[in-house]
Amino acid sequence: MNSFAESILMGGYAFYVWTAYGIAFVVLLINLVLPVLQRKQFLRELALKQKRTRQ
Amino acid sequence: MSFVPAPISRFFHRMASPPHFYCLTNKLLPWLTVIFILLLGYGLYAGLYLAPTDYQQGDSYRIIYVHVPAAWMSLFIYVVMATAGAIGLIWRIKLADIMVICSAPIGASFTFIALVTGSLWGKPMWGTWWVWDARLTSELILLFLYLGIISLYGAIEDKRSASRAVSILALVGVVNIPIIHYSVEWWNTLHQGPTVTKIDKPSIHIDMLIPLLVMAIAFKFYHLIALLQAAKVELLKREQNSQWVKTMLESET
Amino acid sequence: MKPARRNRLLLILLMIAGVATAASFALKAFNENLMYFFSTTEVTEGKVPQGAKFRLGGMVVKGSIERPDNGMMVRFVLTDYKNRVTVEYTGILPDLFREGQGIVANGRLNDHGVFIADEVLAKHDENYMPPEVADSLKNPEEQP
Repeated sequence: MNSFAESILMGGYAFYVWTAYGIAFVVLLINLVLPVLQRKQFLRELALKQKRTRQ
Repeated sequence: MSFVPAPISRFFHRMASPPHFYCLTNKLLPWLTVIFILLLGYGLYAGLYLAPTDYQQGDSYRIIYVHVPAAWMSLFIYVVMATAGAIGLIWRIKLADIMVICSAPIGASFTFIALVTGSLWGKPMWGTWWVWDARLTSELILLFLYLGIISLYGAIEDKRSASRAVSILALVGVVNIPIIHYSVEWWNTLHQGPTVTKIDKPSIHIDMLIPLLVMAIAFKFYHLIALLQAAKVELLKREQNSQWVKTMLESET
Repeated sequence: MKPARRNRLLLILLMIAGVATAASFALKAFNENLMYFFSTTEVTEGKVPQGAKFRLGGMVVKGSIERPDNGMMVRFVLTDYKNRVTVEYTGILPDLFREGQGIVANGRLNDHGVFIADEVLAKHDENYMPPEVADSLKNPEEQP
Protein backbone atom coordinates (compact mmCIF):
# COMPACT_ATOMS: atom_id res chain seq x y z
CA MET A 1 0.00 0.00 0.00
CA ASN A 2 1.15 3.52 -0.70
CA SER A 3 0.68 6.84 1.05
CA PHE A 4 -2.27 9.11 0.33
CA ALA A 5 -0.14 11.73 -1.41
CA GLU A 6 1.38 9.10 -3.68
CA SER A 7 -2.11 7.93 -4.56
CA ILE A 8 -3.06 11.38 -5.79
CA LEU A 9 -0.04 11.47 -8.09
CA MET A 10 -0.92 8.06 -9.56
CA GLY A 11 2.71 7.24 -10.31
CA GLY A 12 2.89 9.94 -12.98
CA TYR A 13 -0.40 9.00 -14.62
CA ALA A 14 -2.46 11.49 -12.58
CA PHE A 15 -3.65 13.41 -15.65
CA TYR A 16 -5.04 10.32 -17.40
CA VAL A 17 -6.56 8.68 -14.32
CA TRP A 18 -8.21 11.78 -12.85
CA THR A 19 -9.50 13.01 -16.21
CA ALA A 20 -11.09 9.60 -16.81
CA TYR A 21 -12.76 9.64 -13.39
CA GLY A 22 -13.78 13.28 -13.74
CA ILE A 23 -15.49 12.83 -17.10
CA ALA A 24 -17.27 9.68 -15.91
CA PHE A 25 -18.48 11.48 -12.77
CA VAL A 26 -19.85 14.48 -14.68
CA VAL A 27 -21.66 12.35 -17.28
CA LEU A 28 -23.24 10.11 -14.63
CA LEU A 29 -24.27 13.10 -12.51
CA ILE A 30 -26.03 14.77 -15.46
CA ASN A 31 -28.06 11.59 -15.97
CA LEU A 32 -29.26 11.71 -12.36
CA VAL A 33 -29.96 15.43 -12.02
CA LEU A 34 -31.62 16.10 -15.37
CA PRO A 35 -34.70 13.85 -14.89
CA VAL A 36 -35.29 15.25 -11.39
CA LEU A 37 -35.24 18.83 -12.71
CA GLN A 38 -37.42 17.88 -15.67
CA ARG A 39 -39.99 16.23 -13.40
CA LYS A 40 -40.17 19.20 -11.04
CA GLN A 41 -40.65 21.61 -13.93
CA PHE A 42 -43.27 19.42 -15.59
CA LEU A 43 -45.24 19.03 -12.36
CA ARG A 44 -45.15 22.80 -11.85
CA GLU A 45 -46.49 23.40 -15.36
CA LEU A 46 -49.16 20.76 -14.89
CA ALA A 47 -50.31 22.24 -11.60
CA LEU A 48 -50.59 25.69 -13.21
CA LYS A 49 -52.61 24.27 -16.07
CA GLN A 50 -54.94 22.53 -13.66
CA LYS A 51 -55.47 25.66 -11.62
CA ARG A 52 -56.37 27.58 -14.78
CA THR A 53 -58.92 25.01 -15.92
CA ARG A 54 -60.55 24.93 -12.50
CA GLN A 55 -61.12 28.69 -12.44
CA MET B 1 -54.03 -20.71 -23.68
CA SER B 2 -51.30 -19.07 -21.68
CA PHE B 3 -47.65 -19.91 -20.98
CA VAL B 4 -47.56 -17.79 -17.84
CA PRO B 5 -49.31 -18.93 -14.62
CA ALA B 6 -52.13 -16.64 -13.55
CA PRO B 7 -50.60 -15.19 -10.30
CA ILE B 8 -47.36 -14.20 -12.07
CA SER B 9 -49.23 -12.67 -14.96
CA ARG B 10 -51.42 -10.77 -12.48
CA PHE B 11 -48.28 -9.52 -10.70
CA PHE B 12 -46.82 -8.23 -13.96
CA HIS B 13 -50.03 -6.51 -14.97
CA ARG B 14 -50.18 -4.77 -11.60
CA MET B 15 -46.50 -3.77 -11.88
CA ALA B 16 -47.10 -2.48 -15.37
CA SER B 17 -50.01 -0.30 -14.25
CA PRO B 18 -48.65 3.26 -14.27
CA PRO B 19 -49.92 4.54 -10.86
CA HIS B 20 -48.72 1.43 -9.08
CA PHE B 21 -45.32 1.65 -10.76
CA TYR B 22 -44.99 5.35 -9.89
CA CYS B 23 -45.81 4.70 -6.25
CA LEU B 24 -43.45 1.74 -5.95
CA THR B 25 -40.64 3.71 -7.59
CA ASN B 26 -40.97 6.46 -5.00
CA LYS B 27 -40.65 3.92 -2.21
CA LEU B 28 -37.66 2.14 -3.79
CA LEU B 29 -35.53 5.12 -4.80
CA PRO B 30 -34.18 6.17 -1.37
CA TRP B 31 -33.03 2.62 -0.63
CA LEU B 32 -31.39 2.22 -4.01
CA THR B 33 -29.61 5.55 -3.57
CA VAL B 34 -28.21 4.58 -0.16
CA ILE B 35 -26.93 1.22 -1.44
CA PHE B 36 -25.43 2.90 -4.51
CA ILE B 37 -23.54 5.51 -2.50
CA LEU B 38 -22.14 2.90 -0.10
CA LEU B 39 -20.99 0.63 -2.94
CA LEU B 40 -19.54 3.53 -4.93
CA GLY B 41 -17.69 4.88 -1.88
CA TYR B 42 -16.12 1.54 -1.07
CA GLY B 43 -15.40 0.73 -4.73
CA LEU B 44 -13.57 4.02 -5.31
CA TYR B 45 -11.65 3.79 -2.03
CA ALA B 46 -10.59 0.21 -2.74
CA GLY B 47 -9.86 0.78 -6.40
CA LEU B 48 -7.94 4.04 -6.14
CA TYR B 49 -6.20 3.48 -2.81
CA LEU B 50 -6.27 -0.08 -1.43
CA ALA B 51 -5.63 -2.00 -4.66
CA PRO B 52 -1.94 -2.64 -5.40
CA THR B 53 -0.09 -1.07 -8.32
CA ASP B 54 0.10 -3.19 -11.47
CA TYR B 55 3.45 -4.81 -12.37
CA GLN B 56 3.30 -3.62 -15.98
CA GLN B 57 1.09 -0.56 -16.17
CA GLY B 58 1.77 1.11 -12.84
CA ASP B 59 -1.09 3.19 -11.54
CA SER B 60 -2.56 3.92 -14.97
CA TYR B 61 -4.42 0.60 -14.80
CA ARG B 62 -6.72 2.13 -12.14
CA ILE B 63 -8.79 3.49 -15.04
CA ILE B 64 -10.05 -0.12 -15.24
CA TYR B 65 -12.42 0.62 -12.33
CA VAL B 66 -14.54 2.96 -14.44
CA HIS B 67 -13.67 1.72 -17.90
CA VAL B 68 -14.58 -1.96 -17.56
CA PRO B 69 -17.80 -1.57 -15.50
CA ALA B 70 -18.94 1.18 -17.91
CA ALA B 71 -18.23 -1.06 -20.90
CA TRP B 72 -20.15 -3.93 -19.27
CA MET B 73 -23.07 -1.59 -18.56
CA SER B 74 -23.09 -0.33 -22.15
CA LEU B 75 -23.76 -3.90 -23.33
CA PHE B 76 -26.06 -4.85 -20.45
CA ILE B 77 -28.31 -1.79 -20.90
CA TYR B 78 -28.57 -2.48 -24.60
CA VAL B 79 -29.80 -6.01 -23.93
CA VAL B 80 -32.30 -4.71 -21.35
CA MET B 81 -33.48 -2.06 -23.80
CA ALA B 82 -33.92 -4.52 -26.68
CA THR B 83 -35.77 -6.95 -24.39
CA ALA B 84 -38.10 -4.18 -23.25
CA GLY B 85 -38.55 -3.29 -26.92
CA ALA B 86 -39.57 -6.86 -27.76
CA ILE B 87 -42.01 -6.95 -24.83
CA GLY B 88 -43.45 -3.62 -25.90
CA LEU B 89 -43.88 -4.80 -29.49
CA ILE B 90 -45.47 -8.13 -28.61
CA TRP B 91 -47.63 -7.31 -25.58
CA ARG B 92 -48.10 -3.56 -26.22
CA ILE B 93 -47.22 -2.67 -22.63
CA LYS B 94 -46.87 1.08 -22.13
CA LEU B 95 -44.25 0.73 -19.42
CA ALA B 96 -42.00 -1.38 -21.69
CA ASP B 97 -42.03 1.38 -24.31
CA ILE B 98 -41.05 3.88 -21.63
CA MET B 99 -38.17 1.64 -20.48
CA VAL B 100 -36.82 1.52 -24.04
CA ILE B 101 -36.61 5.25 -24.54
CA CYS B 102 -35.40 5.93 -20.98
CA SER B 103 -32.62 3.32 -21.33
CA ALA B 104 -31.11 4.88 -24.44
CA PRO B 105 -29.52 8.02 -22.88
CA ILE B 106 -28.13 6.01 -19.94
CA GLY B 107 -26.69 3.41 -22.28
CA ALA B 108 -25.24 6.11 -24.50
CA SER B 109 -23.62 7.72 -21.45
CA PHE B 110 -21.96 4.47 -20.38
CA THR B 111 -20.78 3.80 -23.93
CA PHE B 112 -19.34 7.31 -24.11
CA ILE B 113 -17.59 6.82 -20.74
CA ALA B 114 -16.18 3.46 -21.86
CA LEU B 115 -14.80 5.05 -25.05
CA VAL B 116 -13.36 8.17 -23.41
CA THR B 117 -11.78 6.38 -20.43
CA GLY B 118 -10.44 3.73 -22.80
CA SER B 119 -8.86 6.47 -24.87
CA LEU B 120 -7.32 8.03 -21.76
CA TRP B 121 -5.94 4.61 -20.87
CA GLY B 122 -4.75 3.83 -24.38
CA LYS B 123 -2.68 6.99 -24.76
CA PRO B 124 -0.14 6.23 -22.01
CA MET B 125 -0.16 2.44 -22.42
CA TRP B 126 -0.59 1.66 -26.10
CA GLY B 127 0.80 4.97 -27.29
CA THR B 128 -2.33 6.13 -29.08
CA TRP B 129 -5.71 7.69 -28.24
CA TRP B 130 -7.59 5.64 -30.81
CA VAL B 131 -7.13 2.75 -33.24
CA TRP B 132 -9.64 1.32 -35.68
CA ASP B 133 -9.46 -2.24 -34.38
CA ALA B 134 -12.51 -4.49 -34.16
CA ARG B 135 -13.22 -3.91 -30.44
CA LEU B 136 -13.01 -0.13 -30.49
CA THR B 137 -14.90 0.19 -33.76
CA SER B 138 -17.78 -2.07 -32.68
CA GLU B 139 -18.10 -0.16 -29.40
CA LEU B 140 -18.27 3.10 -31.38
CA ILE B 141 -21.04 1.58 -33.51
CA LEU B 142 -22.89 0.86 -30.25
CA LEU B 143 -22.71 4.56 -29.36
CA PHE B 144 -24.14 5.45 -32.78
CA LEU B 145 -26.94 2.89 -32.27
CA TYR B 146 -27.90 4.54 -28.98
CA LEU B 147 -27.75 8.01 -30.53
CA GLY B 148 -29.74 6.79 -33.53
CA ILE B 149 -32.45 5.46 -31.20
CA ILE B 150 -32.63 8.76 -29.32
CA SER B 151 -32.87 10.87 -32.48
CA LEU B 152 -35.32 8.53 -34.22
CA TYR B 153 -37.62 8.77 -31.20
CA GLY B 154 -37.33 12.54 -31.26
CA ALA B 155 -38.02 12.72 -34.99
CA ILE B 156 -41.39 10.93 -34.94
CA GLU B 157 -44.23 13.09 -33.70
CA ASP B 158 -46.66 10.37 -32.58
CA LYS B 159 -44.97 8.78 -29.57
CA ARG B 160 -46.69 5.43 -29.99
CA SER B 161 -45.36 4.88 -33.49
CA ALA B 162 -42.03 6.38 -32.37
CA SER B 163 -41.78 3.70 -29.66
CA ARG B 164 -42.51 0.98 -32.21
CA ALA B 165 -39.88 2.25 -34.65
CA VAL B 166 -37.30 2.63 -31.90
CA SER B 167 -37.94 -0.89 -30.56
CA ILE B 168 -37.40 -2.39 -34.00
CA LEU B 169 -34.15 -0.46 -34.44
CA ALA B 170 -33.01 -1.63 -30.99
CA LEU B 171 -33.77 -5.26 -31.86
CA VAL B 172 -31.90 -5.05 -35.17
CA GLY B 173 -28.88 -3.62 -33.35
CA VAL B 174 -28.72 -6.62 -31.01
CA VAL B 175 -26.39 -8.36 -33.52
CA ASN B 176 -23.69 -5.89 -32.55
CA ILE B 177 -23.59 -7.12 -28.94
CA PRO B 178 -21.95 -10.54 -29.52
CA ILE B 179 -19.67 -8.88 -32.08
CA ILE B 180 -18.38 -6.45 -29.44
CA HIS B 181 -17.93 -9.21 -26.88
CA TYR B 182 -16.11 -11.68 -29.14
CA SER B 183 -14.24 -9.12 -31.29
CA VAL B 184 -11.04 -9.62 -29.26
CA GLU B 185 -11.17 -13.37 -29.90
CA TRP B 186 -12.33 -13.45 -33.53
CA TRP B 187 -9.81 -10.94 -34.85
CA ASN B 188 -6.34 -9.59 -34.09
CA THR B 189 -7.00 -6.43 -32.11
CA LEU B 190 -4.84 -3.98 -30.24
CA HIS B 191 -7.30 -4.32 -27.37
CA GLN B 192 -6.33 -7.25 -25.14
CA GLY B 193 -8.50 -10.30 -24.50
CA PRO B 194 -11.03 -10.72 -21.67
CA THR B 195 -9.71 -10.70 -18.11
CA VAL B 196 -12.58 -11.46 -15.76
CA THR B 197 -14.81 -13.65 -17.93
CA LYS B 198 -12.02 -16.01 -18.99
CA ILE B 199 -13.21 -19.59 -18.70
CA ASP B 200 -10.39 -21.06 -16.59
CA LYS B 201 -9.94 -18.32 -14.01
CA PRO B 202 -9.77 -14.54 -14.06
CA SER B 203 -6.21 -13.38 -14.69
CA ILE B 204 -6.39 -10.53 -12.23
CA HIS B 205 -5.11 -10.47 -8.67
CA ILE B 206 -7.88 -10.87 -6.07
CA ASP B 207 -7.12 -7.49 -4.42
CA MET B 208 -7.60 -5.83 -7.80
CA LEU B 209 -10.64 -7.90 -8.72
CA ILE B 210 -12.79 -7.08 -5.67
CA PRO B 211 -12.96 -3.30 -6.30
CA LEU B 212 -13.77 -4.04 -9.94
CA LEU B 213 -16.73 -6.22 -8.99
CA VAL B 214 -17.92 -3.72 -6.36
CA MET B 215 -17.83 -0.93 -8.94
CA ALA B 216 -19.71 -3.13 -11.40
CA ILE B 217 -22.50 -3.74 -8.85
CA ALA B 218 -22.52 -0.03 -7.93
CA PHE B 219 -23.04 0.83 -11.61
CA LYS B 220 -25.95 -1.64 -11.76
CA PHE B 221 -27.63 0.27 -8.92
CA TYR B 222 -26.86 3.56 -10.63
CA HIS B 223 -28.55 2.21 -13.75
CA LEU B 224 -31.69 1.33 -11.76
CA ILE B 225 -31.81 4.78 -10.14
CA ALA B 226 -31.24 6.71 -13.37
CA LEU B 227 -33.71 4.53 -15.27
CA LEU B 228 -36.46 4.93 -12.66
CA GLN B 229 -35.92 8.70 -12.44
CA ALA B 230 -36.18 9.05 -16.20
CA ALA B 231 -39.15 6.67 -16.36
CA LYS B 232 -41.06 8.80 -13.84
CA VAL B 233 -40.78 11.89 -16.06
CA GLU B 234 -41.76 10.00 -19.20
CA LEU B 235 -44.68 8.35 -17.39
CA LEU B 236 -46.01 11.69 -16.14
CA LYS B 237 -45.76 13.22 -19.61
CA ARG B 238 -47.63 10.36 -21.25
CA GLU B 239 -50.26 10.06 -18.50
CA GLN B 240 -50.79 13.76 -17.80
CA ASN B 241 -54.49 13.60 -18.68
CA SER B 242 -55.25 10.49 -16.63
CA GLN B 243 -57.07 10.55 -13.32
CA TRP B 244 -54.22 9.25 -11.11
CA VAL B 245 -51.89 12.11 -12.11
CA LYS B 246 -54.63 14.67 -11.35
CA THR B 247 -55.35 13.10 -7.98
CA MET B 248 -51.66 13.02 -7.13
CA LEU B 249 -51.25 16.68 -8.05
CA GLU B 250 -54.22 17.72 -5.93
CA SER B 251 -53.01 15.81 -2.91
CA GLU B 252 -49.57 17.44 -3.22
CA THR B 253 -50.76 21.03 -3.54
CA MET C 1 -50.61 -16.75 -26.07
CA LYS C 2 -53.05 -14.99 -28.35
CA PRO C 3 -52.48 -15.56 -32.10
CA ALA C 4 -51.77 -11.88 -32.77
CA ARG C 5 -49.10 -11.81 -30.08
CA ARG C 6 -47.60 -15.07 -31.28
CA ASN C 7 -47.38 -13.70 -34.81
CA ARG C 8 -45.62 -10.57 -33.57
CA LEU C 9 -43.18 -12.70 -31.57
CA LEU C 10 -42.44 -14.89 -34.62
CA LEU C 11 -41.98 -11.81 -36.79
CA ILE C 12 -39.46 -10.35 -34.36
CA LEU C 13 -37.54 -13.63 -34.09
CA LEU C 14 -37.45 -13.92 -37.89
CA MET C 15 -36.22 -10.34 -38.19
CA ILE C 16 -33.38 -10.90 -35.71
CA ALA C 17 -32.40 -14.17 -37.40
CA GLY C 18 -32.35 -12.43 -40.79
CA VAL C 19 -30.21 -9.53 -39.60
CA ALA C 20 -27.85 -11.91 -37.78
CA THR C 21 -27.38 -14.00 -40.94
CA ALA C 22 -26.73 -10.91 -43.03
CA ALA C 23 -24.25 -9.59 -40.46
CA SER C 24 -22.36 -12.88 -40.26
CA PHE C 25 -22.02 -12.98 -44.09
CA ALA C 26 -20.80 -9.39 -44.12
CA LEU C 27 -18.26 -10.12 -41.38
CA LYS C 28 -17.00 -13.21 -43.24
CA ALA C 29 -16.53 -11.14 -46.39
CA PHE C 30 -14.59 -8.43 -44.56
CA ASN C 31 -12.72 -10.82 -42.27
CA GLU C 32 -9.29 -9.87 -43.68
CA ASN C 33 -9.91 -6.15 -43.27
CA LEU C 34 -11.06 -6.55 -39.67
CA MET C 35 -7.69 -8.01 -38.68
CA TYR C 36 -5.87 -5.16 -37.09
CA PHE C 37 -2.36 -6.55 -37.75
CA PHE C 38 -0.40 -9.30 -39.52
CA SER C 39 1.78 -11.82 -37.68
CA THR C 40 5.51 -12.25 -38.31
CA THR C 41 4.86 -15.69 -39.86
CA GLU C 42 2.56 -14.08 -42.43
CA VAL C 43 5.40 -11.69 -43.28
CA THR C 44 8.00 -14.44 -43.79
CA GLU C 45 5.52 -16.43 -45.86
CA GLY C 46 4.93 -13.38 -48.07
CA LYS C 47 1.23 -13.09 -47.25
CA VAL C 48 1.41 -9.35 -46.66
CA PRO C 49 0.77 -6.53 -49.16
CA GLN C 50 4.02 -5.89 -51.06
CA GLY C 51 5.30 -2.33 -50.96
CA ALA C 52 2.17 -1.09 -49.18
CA LYS C 53 1.83 -0.03 -45.59
CA PHE C 54 0.51 -2.58 -43.11
CA ARG C 55 0.59 -3.31 -39.40
CA LEU C 56 2.83 -5.99 -37.90
CA GLY C 57 2.25 -7.50 -34.47
CA GLY C 58 4.52 -9.68 -32.33
CA MET C 59 6.58 -10.05 -29.19
CA VAL C 60 9.83 -8.11 -28.77
CA VAL C 61 12.61 -10.74 -28.56
CA LYS C 62 14.66 -10.56 -25.36
CA GLY C 63 18.00 -8.87 -25.83
CA SER C 64 17.23 -7.77 -29.38
CA ILE C 65 16.71 -4.06 -28.70
CA GLU C 66 19.66 -1.97 -29.95
CA ARG C 67 20.31 1.62 -30.91
CA PRO C 68 22.93 1.31 -33.70
CA ASP C 69 23.77 5.02 -34.07
CA ASN C 70 23.21 5.86 -30.40
CA GLY C 71 20.42 8.09 -31.68
CA MET C 72 16.65 7.96 -31.85
CA MET C 73 16.66 4.95 -34.19
CA VAL C 74 15.79 1.67 -32.46
CA ARG C 75 16.24 -1.76 -33.99
CA PHE C 76 14.54 -4.80 -32.50
CA VAL C 77 13.27 -8.22 -33.52
CA LEU C 78 9.62 -9.30 -33.36
CA THR C 79 8.50 -12.92 -33.08
CA ASP C 80 5.32 -14.97 -32.89
CA TYR C 81 7.44 -17.87 -31.51
CA LYS C 82 7.73 -19.30 -35.05
CA ASN C 83 9.29 -16.69 -37.31
CA ARG C 84 11.18 -13.47 -36.69
CA VAL C 85 11.14 -10.08 -38.38
CA THR C 86 13.56 -7.22 -37.75
CA VAL C 87 11.98 -3.81 -37.19
CA GLU C 88 13.57 -0.36 -37.36
CA TYR C 89 11.83 2.64 -35.82
CA THR C 90 12.71 6.27 -35.22
CA GLY C 91 10.61 8.11 -32.68
CA ILE C 92 9.14 8.03 -29.22
CA LEU C 93 8.24 4.59 -27.86
CA PRO C 94 5.18 4.01 -25.62
CA ASP C 95 5.70 3.49 -21.88
CA LEU C 96 5.01 -0.21 -22.13
CA PHE C 97 7.63 -0.88 -24.81
CA ARG C 98 10.09 -3.39 -23.39
CA GLU C 99 11.58 -6.82 -24.02
CA GLY C 100 9.01 -9.60 -24.09
CA GLN C 101 6.19 -7.10 -24.68
CA GLY C 102 3.61 -7.56 -27.42
CA ILE C 103 3.63 -4.60 -29.82
CA VAL C 104 2.00 -3.51 -33.06
CA ALA C 105 4.10 -1.53 -35.56
CA ASN C 106 2.76 0.36 -38.58
CA GLY C 107 5.00 0.72 -41.63
CA ARG C 108 6.31 -1.16 -44.66
CA LEU C 109 8.97 -3.72 -45.59
CA ASN C 110 12.13 -2.52 -47.32
CA ASP C 111 14.06 -4.50 -49.96
CA HIS C 112 16.08 -6.36 -47.33
CA GLY C 113 13.01 -7.69 -45.52
CA VAL C 114 13.41 -5.21 -42.67
CA PHE C 115 10.19 -3.63 -41.43
CA ILE C 116 10.53 0.16 -41.36
CA ALA C 117 7.98 1.39 -38.81
CA ASP C 118 6.69 4.91 -38.47
CA GLU C 119 4.44 4.13 -35.51
CA VAL C 120 4.87 1.67 -32.63
CA LEU C 121 1.99 0.78 -30.27
CA ALA C 122 2.25 -1.44 -27.22
CA LYS C 123 -0.28 -4.26 -26.84
CA HIS C 124 -0.58 -5.14 -23.20
CA ASP C 125 -1.90 -8.47 -21.97
CA GLU C 126 -5.04 -9.15 -19.96
CA ASN C 127 -3.17 -9.95 -16.72
CA TYR C 128 -3.23 -7.60 -13.77
CA MET C 129 -1.17 -8.25 -10.62
CA PRO C 130 1.10 -6.52 -8.13
CA PRO C 131 4.86 -6.50 -8.97
CA GLU C 132 5.70 -8.94 -6.15
CA VAL C 133 3.35 -11.54 -7.58
CA ALA C 134 4.71 -10.96 -11.09
CA ASP C 135 8.27 -11.53 -9.84
CA SER C 136 7.37 -14.79 -8.16
CA LEU C 137 5.68 -16.01 -11.34
CA LYS C 138 8.66 -15.28 -13.59
CA ASN C 139 9.99 -18.41 -15.19
CA PRO C 140 13.33 -18.03 -17.01
CA GLU C 141 12.56 -20.91 -19.40
CA GLU C 142 9.42 -19.22 -20.69
CA GLN C 143 11.19 -16.42 -22.45
CA PRO C 144 10.98 -16.10 -26.23
